[in-house]
Amino acid sequence: MSNTVEMSIAKAINAGLRRAMQDNPKVLVFGQDVAQLGGVFRVTEGILDEFGPSRIFNSPIAEAGIIGTAIGLAMRGYSPVTEIQFDGFIFPAFNQITTQLAKIQNRSEGYLSMPVVIRVPFGGGIGAVEHHSESPEAYFAHTPGLRVISPATPNDAYWMIQQAVASKDPVLFFEPKRRYWQKGPVNLDTPPAGMHTAKVVREGSQLTIATYGPMVTTSLEAAAIAAEEGTSIEVIDMRSMAPIDFNTIIESVKKTGHLVVVSEASTNVSVASEVAARVAELAFYHLEAPVLRVGGFDVPYPAAKLEEKFLPDADRILEAVDRSLAF
Amino acid sequence: MTSQDRVPMVQLLNPEGEYGVPSAYAEYGKYIEALKEEDFLKFYRDMARMRRFDYEATALQRQGQLGLWIPAIGQEAAQIGSGYAVGHNDHIFPSYREHGVAITHGIDLMSILKMLRGVNHGGWNPDETRFHLYAIVLATQTLHATGYAMGVKFDGKVGNGDLENDLAVITYIGDGATAEGEASESFLFAATNKVPLVYFIQNNQYAISSPVATQTTVPLFQRGAGFGVPGIRIDGNDVLASYAVTKKHMDDAREGAGPHLIEALTYRMGAHTSSDDPTKYRSKDEEEYWKARDPLARLEKFLRRQGINQSFFDECEAAGEELSAYVRSETFALGNPPIENMFKHVYSEAHPLIEEQLAWLEGYEASFDDASGNGGAH
Repeated sequence: MSNTVEMSIAKAINAGLRRAMQDNPKVLVFGQDVAQLGGVFRVTEGILDEFGPSRIFNSPIAEAGIIGTAIGLAMRGYSPVTEIQFDGFIFPAFNQITTQLAKIQNRSEGYLSMPVVIRVPFGGGIGAVEHHSESPEAYFAHTPGLRVISPATPNDAYWMIQQAVASKDPVLFFEPKRRYWQKGPVNLDTPPAGMHTAKVVREGSQLTIATYGPMVTTSLEAAAIAAEEGTSIEVIDMRSMAPIDFNTIIESVKKTGHLVVVSEASTNVSVASEVAARVAELAFYHLEAPVLRVGGFDVPYPAAKLEEKFLPDADRILEAVDRSLAF
Repeated sequence: MTSQDRVPMVQLLNPEGEYGVPSAYAEYGKYIEALKEEDFLKFYRDMARMRRFDYEATALQRQGQLGLWIPAIGQEAAQIGSGYAVGHNDHIFPSYREHGVAITHGIDLMSILKMLRGVNHGGWNPDETRFHLYAIVLATQTLHATGYAMGVKFDGKVGNGDLENDLAVITYIGDGATAEGEASESFLFAATNKVPLVYFIQNNQYAISSPVATQTTVPLFQRGAGFGVPGIRIDGNDVLASYAVTKKHMDDAREGAGPHLIEALTYRMGAHTSSDDPTKYRSKDEEEYWKARDPLARLEKFLRRQGINQSFFDECEAAGEELSAYVRSETFALGNPPIENMFKHVYSEAHPLIEEQLAWLEGYEASFDDASGNGGAH
């Protein structure tokens, strides 16, 4: 009998991290305010009590320093799990992530590996001030050497954080912050598929939605509404933005002939753009309409009172669904 | 020169090659007194080797054999002295001009030439050599050194009074790189974690064409103080000061004293790289001033005062000829790397894009063989 418990995404990441720390004494957790406070979202709450200050500690407020020292610790044989407090604060570390972390294994011809995890609460919908609601995943998905993933359910959060920690490569782990408190079952015994495998989370026959992170929930809402109106939508949780599991998307498109890609990120030159391009390349004759993208507008993330107009919701997704099916 | 030059600095060997330990720096004398004649000869041999290598590499670049050369002429004392002060367990995080430090840690000089020819990014094993790969993006390596030193501390390899097993870390940066924010973040993380780390700043007076006054208004040895990293300035053209001061602070770091900074005042006698033209931004007078402080000539004067005779210098000259011949023949024999090399080690585990693109490129390349009918036409 499987051991399944109900928990939130935040608690599931916490539980997964603890298990990773128990499994491997070289796993260290650090970042701003992660220790006593447990992070501003309390994702690491209680880890200090269980593991002590040699395993989890606060860093100075210096993101390049957090990632740069994580690289040095990885060179020394540690597996650092770092936290960047908010998506919009990752850029001071951009240099260390893209010119160093991503390249050191290749530069060293495999003599060094970089088992570093960067946890990033990302996305909007929480009414925050500027720089607290962004979706910067495309910058990292574009950079060779990095792996970029995002869990959308507690079960995936629990297992994917462990898979990220176990990876010898650097992993950007984007946490859908507005879903932190969303609850669901977590199977503590059996992991789901690998962290780069996309998953069909709702089966359907007329149109495929490919999405990830916080938009999985929104896309499922849209699919449920469409079902009431007699439209059958298949929803794919991509789970990984680099590499992208195109096979699962292509298989679905072969069945439905229609694809809408949904994410919170500004659509121009986005992960969704890459999905659209590759599907056009690999499944051209199966498509009955152009691939459509639904995402944030190509403007800076707006002030909080406008974010509900910026972010895709079920209606915006259904508008694209209608356009695709009417093509 | 500038006001910075009036700051006191540790000098144990003056430009005339006379050895003496000023009372203010008495603590450093014992490190020199522990040296044997063979050590002084080793310093000279490797400084001469480093300079000869530089001349040869410059010539190879001019002949089109290297894409770029990064000269370090004038910085031999700073690099060979500090390099030999690094202990057998210690780790070194260089910038990209540390060819002399590489010599002291057994890096095959051809590895450096391969990198500057564009064959690979260095290719040596950083764990095995304890000399990490060159860092091209300025000051990035200071944070790697700090993180490594944090790990050393977490491993309990500091402050046990066990010089065989304890270890410390040294990172090299230039005067220009001190301006990078990551250098400052490194000072902070090193100080708050009290890690076994020595910063060795080679202040060679220029960041490409920008004089050091562009990067700082206070002497660089003071740069770490506000973060909790004390510093000292040395005459970077004095190999004995470089050795003794580095040795002391590496020992102190290994024993748990925390990070320390050494500013070696030196001079880049050559260009920034083979693409640079120093005549556009510095004077002949200035070059002459520093020529009179040439670190290699200074050590030669010292050795002659010690009674080392001409045959030793002749041997070094002959070794230089041999090195030149070796470097030239090896460079001429270097082929291009196989195309699959660029796809290797991008990830540690299988990655669909990498596999797909490598397969495509191999097929594309092979298509030229088929079309030419005689193979290898491309």
